[in-house]
Amino acid sequence: MAKEVAILGVGMHPWGKWGKNFVEYGVKACQDALKDAGVEWKDIQFVSGADTMRNGYPGYVSGATFAQALGWNGARVASSYAACASGATALNTARTQILAGLCDVALVVGADTTPKGFLAPNKGERPDDPDWLRFRLLGATNPTYFGLYARRRMELYGATEKDFARAKVKNANHGLSNPNARYRKAFTEEEVLNSPMVADPLHLFEICATSDGGAAMVISSLEFARKHQIDAVKIASISTVTPTFPNTVIEMPNMSTDSAHTSKLPDAPFRDSIAKAAYEEAGLGPEDMNLAEVYDLSSALELDWYENIGLCKAGEAERLLNDGVTTVGGRVPVNPSGGLACFGEAVPAQAIAQVCELVWHLRGQAGKRQVEGAKAGITANQGLFGHGSSVIVTK
Amino acid sequence: MKEQRPAVEGWFTMDRERPQLLGTRCQACRTFFFPKEEQFCRNPECDGREFEEVPLSNKGRVWSYTEHHYQPPEPYISPDPFVPYTVAAVELAEEKMVILGQLATGVQAKEIEVGTEVQLVLETLYEDDSNDYLVWKWKPTTH
Repeated sequence: MAKEVAILGVGMHPWGKWGKNFVEYGVKACQDALKDAGVEWKDIQFVSGADTMRNGYPGYVSGATFAQALGWNGARVASSYAACASGATALNTARTQILAGLCDVALVVGADTTPKGFLAPNKGERPDDPDWLRFRLLGATNPTYFGLYARRRMELYGATEKDFARAKVKNANHGLSNPNARYRKAFTEEEVLNSPMVADPLHLFEICATSDGGAAMVISSLEFARKHQIDAVKIASISTVTPTFPNTVIEMPNMSTDSAHTSKLPDAPFRDSIAKAAYEEAGLGPEDMNLAEVYDLSSALELDWYENIGLCKAGEAERLLNDGVTTVGGRVPVNPSGGLACFGEAVPAQAIAQVCELVWHLRGQAGKRQVEGAKAGITANQGLFGHGSSVIVTK
Repeated sequence: MKEQRPAVEGWFTMDRERPQLLGTRCQACRTFFFPKEEQFCRNPECDGREFEEVPLSNKGRVWSYTEHHYQPPEPYISPDPFVPYTVAAVELAEEKMVILGQLATGVQAKEIEVGTEVQLVLETLYEDDSNDYLVWKWKPTTH
């Protein structure tokens, strides 16, 4: 257990489309996390930023950008980018500094300001860029991939559009009382199924939006934590694994998979391997988890994640959902925060926000959405271009 | 008569009767790549740097598919008014890889399912005054 670090404080700026500079969201989250931790900014020794690619140079050097905004204090700094997994990477960067004994207490932060509408490739003719070509040649958008996974669940496991709609209904109910959620509105199955079809079988209300938001966390060595507070929640493990060749599941933004002609398949497909590495590092298993925050880029993708993090076998996720196992009050609630369904995605903040949510539950501070008696939880997420992200938090 | 050109250079043969996607194979470990890999073999157990161009199987089976009901952003060139289209992920048995492509014009998503056999065809993706620009699509072998 020598590999644990303590989470002293967490903070978030509410998700929305606020149209302000991303630095403002991040600074607010930092200030809340510092206050929650009872740690002064001047005492922070290391700042780890998760980058945004949509806000110019300050976004590429996010750690320094936030440090300057809070007032230079001489702390060491790092900035990480791993697409949707950036927050976990930034958290891991700070954690390893602490575990190596190079610092005692660190601030981790990510924030984003997003443009309106669908995510699209950068402008211009770029026939050498696969991300440009998938739009030009195939009309393969991000929801294309979500639609492919969802349809495969239907054909392999007999999942229905109603099952997918129920995942959205569940998450919408969870998020109703979450002050940081962008969408706090209950949905019925019918409303979800009557929203415009986007990538069949997925409807508009089943596909994640993009949002502004910010999340931050103060973490420290266990020794530092003992001096500051009792019973801090701990990070037991962080997985930032890449795929193992050959990766035979089609993944955004690729137009093809690896070929398995020559090499044998890895022990676990990529998405399964993400949580597996986190469990192994923590010495825990899915049966030890009381709750989970997973990346529901679509309603149907949430069901894939149940299986990827080991809550059930392949093909059983719909039953888990329909039996209420993953609803708050059930055995292992998934996305008690409301998930991306209620937040929309603020890329560099999202993986940090997932961990913030677990912390509130483990402390018993999650209000109406509280998972009673939660002692351990897991987050799972995947960043484009081979970035796994999974964090296990324990009491 | 307009000249027929590929919408992307070197990704498929321009044989209208029996087109094939063009990939590469590592000369050391024989792993297939599409789109073409020409620099580094991605098999972690192989340090091959030499590749040969190979045509890929022109038939495969549907891994999954999704019909699009909204107009995607540029650089997709959409007919006006927008026409729904289906993207299929197709598994090639010999190469053991999955390759995306739109379903051929006139084929409805409801005509296929996971496992349906499809073959490669070429269709016009867009045109200008002097050229038709072609792209690969998948068409059920029974269609």
